[in-house]
Amino acid sequence: MNQVQPDSAEQLCDAIADAKRDGVRVEIRGGGSKARIGAPREARIVRTTGLSGVVAYDPAELVLTVRAGTPLAEVEALVAAERQMLAFEPFDHGPLFGAPAGAATIGGVIAAGVAGSGRVTAGSARDHLLGFTAVSGRSEVFVAGGKVVKNVTGFDLSKLVTGSWGRLVALTELTLKVLPRPRVSATLRLDGLGPAASCTAMMRALGSHAEVSAAARHPDGPTLFRVAGFEPSVVARCALLSQMLREFGPLQRLEEDMANALWRQAGTGSDLDGAMLWCIHVGPRRAPEVAARLASHARRVALDWGGGRIWASLDDPVVPVRSIARAAGGEALLLRAPDAVRATIPAQHPRAPGVAALEARVRRAFDPDGVFETGRFLDEEPAHAD
Amino acid sequence: MSIVMPVPDATALKNRDAIAAALRAIVPGDGVIDDPDALRPYESDGLTAYRQPPLVVVLPDSVEQVSAILRWCHAQGVKVVPRGSGTSLSGGALPLADAVLLGMGKFKKVLDIDYDERIAVVQPGVTNLAITQAVEGAGFYYAPDPSSQIACSIGGNVAENSGGVHCLKYGLTTNNVLGVELVLMDGEIVRLGGRHLDPAGLDLLGVVVGSEGLLGVVTEVTVRILPKPERARAILLGFPDAEQAGACVAQVIAEGIIPAGMEMMDKPAIHAAEAFVNVGYPLDVGALLIVEVDGPAAECDHLIVEIDRIADENGAVTRRISNSEVERLAFWAGRKAAFPAVGRLAPDYYCMDGTIPRRRLPDVLRRMEELSAHYGLGVANVFHAGDGNLHPLILYDANRPGELAKAEAFGNDILRLCVEMGGVLTGEHGVGVEKRDLMPAMFSEIDLQQQQRLKCAFDPQLLLNPGKVFPRLHRCAELGRVHVHGGRHAFPDIPRF
Repeated sequence: MNQVQPDSAEQLCDAIADAKRDGVRVEIRGGGSKARIGAPREARIVRTTGLSGVVAYDPAELVLTVRAGTPLAEVEALVAAERQMLAFEPFDHGPLFGAPAGAATIGGVIAAGVAGSGRVTAGSARDHLLGFTAVSGRSEVFVAGGKVVKNVTGFDLSKLVTGSWGRLVALTELTLKVLPRPRVSATLRLDGLGPAASCTAMMRALGSHAEVSAAARHPDGPTLFRVAGFEPSVVARCALLSQMLREFGPLQRLEEDMANALWRQAGTGSDLDGAMLWCIHVGPRRAPEVAARLASHARRVALDWGGGRIWASLDDPVVPVRSIARAAGGEALLLRAPDAVRATIPAQHPRAPGVAALEARVRRAFDPDGVFETGRFLDEEPAHAD
Repeated sequence: MSIVMPVPDATALKNRDAIAAALRAIVPGDGVIDDPDALRPYESDGLTAYRQPPLVVVLPDSVEQVSAILRWCHAQGVKVVPRGSGTSLSGGALPLADAVLLGMGKFKKVLDIDYDERIAVVQPGVTNLAITQAVEGAGFYYAPDPSSQIACSIGGNVAENSGGVHCLKYGLTTNNVLGVELVLMDGEIVRLGGRHLDPAGLDLLGVVVGSEGLLGVVTEVTVRILPKPERARAILLGFPDAEQAGACVAQVIAEGIIPAGMEMMDKPAIHAAEAFVNVGYPLDVGALLIVEVDGPAAECDHLIVEIDRIADENGAVTRRISNSEVERLAFWAGRKAAFPAVGRLAPDYYCMDGTIPRRRLPDVLRRMEELSAHYGLGVANVFHAGDGNLHPLILYDANRPGELAKAEAFGNDILRLCVEMGGVLTGEHGVGVEKRDLMPAMFSEIDLQQQQRLKCAFDPQLLLNPGKVFPRLHRCAELGRVHVHGGRHAFPDIPRF
């Protein structure tokens, strides 16, 4: 198998140097839960799963340092035991591709910039990575950022590597900001709203003193609001929310198990069946128009982030989802599709030419030989010949 | 001043009149300043120990002008220093003798406010406070609140990734900006991010925020606005020493409370503030904490009692909860006046800005006392206790020969101490000129070179704000070289093709 599994940053460095000498491209892979995103490609797989384990965790400082190949589930269990959480609510993409959850690593989650429903108020993966150690495409180990929650020393490379999909560096160690887990988390459900009314209700809730931490419309129709914090505050804010949204109908508080299942379906794209799965990011005001244009094509549509993120599953690969998103000022990420479709439609929304050129220059700054350019995103320039 | 700036380019100095004339062709009227007296107000920013009149000042008022200025300077190889309101405490906007100073003060418009989507689109010269003023009528505000918020511009906030006392709960600038329009050094205009979250591709917006004017010039900013909290309450706590105050902070966080603000002052700072504003701070304590909670009334009322209990458990000898807005503001009055108050203790003070892991605070304060004795200079400490961001204020007299240099050496030792304790050189003021030469205390040459390669992707001729952030600017061609590895394969067993 064309795969290596280094167990230290130094070995990972060697693996990248090897690949360059051999003239092959490298795909950095953690648990492989997102391997079927992007075009089918040939590359040497460098697994990070050998770089696993906690380096340092100081709950009182709100800081966790962990090796990149550590399973996400392990990280979440660790912080949960201290009544803390990763506030960006990362999730495992495995179930979107019919695989069980559990394979995703923390490095993969950061490299793909994965965030759940709480992102709308708590920030994304980018907002919670404080620093890192990585191996560049030059096969050099370097560090950036720091291990404290407040730091502006040097360029904020933590932002840049988050969501870079292994195209700049191979992450080996991550320092994350963790936050206290709310004592109480209440989910309120509002039925009978179409996408337009649902978005109106969600925007009103998110702009209010009810301080909802998440708002989504489940594919089966209910609109969900999450109110989290200390008990007296949650009680008061739930009452405020019910009163504020009374014109939309009565709010009903859900049991925790039921609520968790609904949030998973509304906020992670799981259980949205169909050959194609798209994820659209748009200004929430324009979400109803996107939902309306998708209605006749899509099997299932969920609205998350108060309308700012739309999950849509379809069977038909020729529906112009990307144009629909663009027409509303948004953009579309293709998460799941048959191989032949993935080979021609780029997973990521294309950028304006000036930005694409700048991105390419930035990639070369980390990876001068294009060793990480596997063809996955169908936008690579030819790499230098060695 | 002990920091050496790059040697001015003789050609640029010689061509000063021609450069001013070329800029006048782009920005007509009074937008170009080259009269030596008129240049004087621009000779420093908030780090006033460093002064240098610029070659010429240009004040454009449109993105087209900014683009044309940068394109022309790029073609001519002329350096450019961008400037917002000039409140940087690290010398980020310090002029260079051979560089055009590009002032963004004419970009004063609020372009769009959308309360449904909770965003505001503004020009970079709009002050931080003016954003809040533009939206507060509808019950909203812009959360990051650097202490210079009345004067500092949002463009400068983007460049410096500014913080403030509320950033433990609400984040720094980077967590509250959704998009920018940016002009690159070659004049190209790009838009990064925008009205929706998490755009595709590399997070270039994320590195532009906090890039200290080295990557591009921001001409428009889209920020997130938040509903103004229904209530805020504060508690004033006095402790016998900083150790107990620190333990109280740790327990507040361990119990799951993220206060809106959590500020600590040491004894010299308490006494200076009380003498200055007379708000009733206890004078017999070793450390003072102000903890503020905000949000729904029910939450504030609940949490303030919890914090009072935690403070009691940690040995607080003074505990006063605010029961009115007047009282809450009085608690803050001393803290907010701390800098000018300390300024009364000595002719000059030098404000430092390191971050440490909070648990190391007692060690750091002890070492700082030793350094204070060693240098013979007083120091007062204010501390964003929630996030470990220290602001030691070093007292000195610039009129005494050698004292500024001593103050700088003391400051450098404090920052090295922060790094030694597992912290960083700067929590919110930026590296700029001030901490440039300390960067190797925190980063290896390989780390710094990787950061500089990013600079090269944006500005390969290194014309934008040179002499800042990096102790040594390598030419981009030099950084592009790839070092050659030996011929041995580390993983000999995998198939080769």
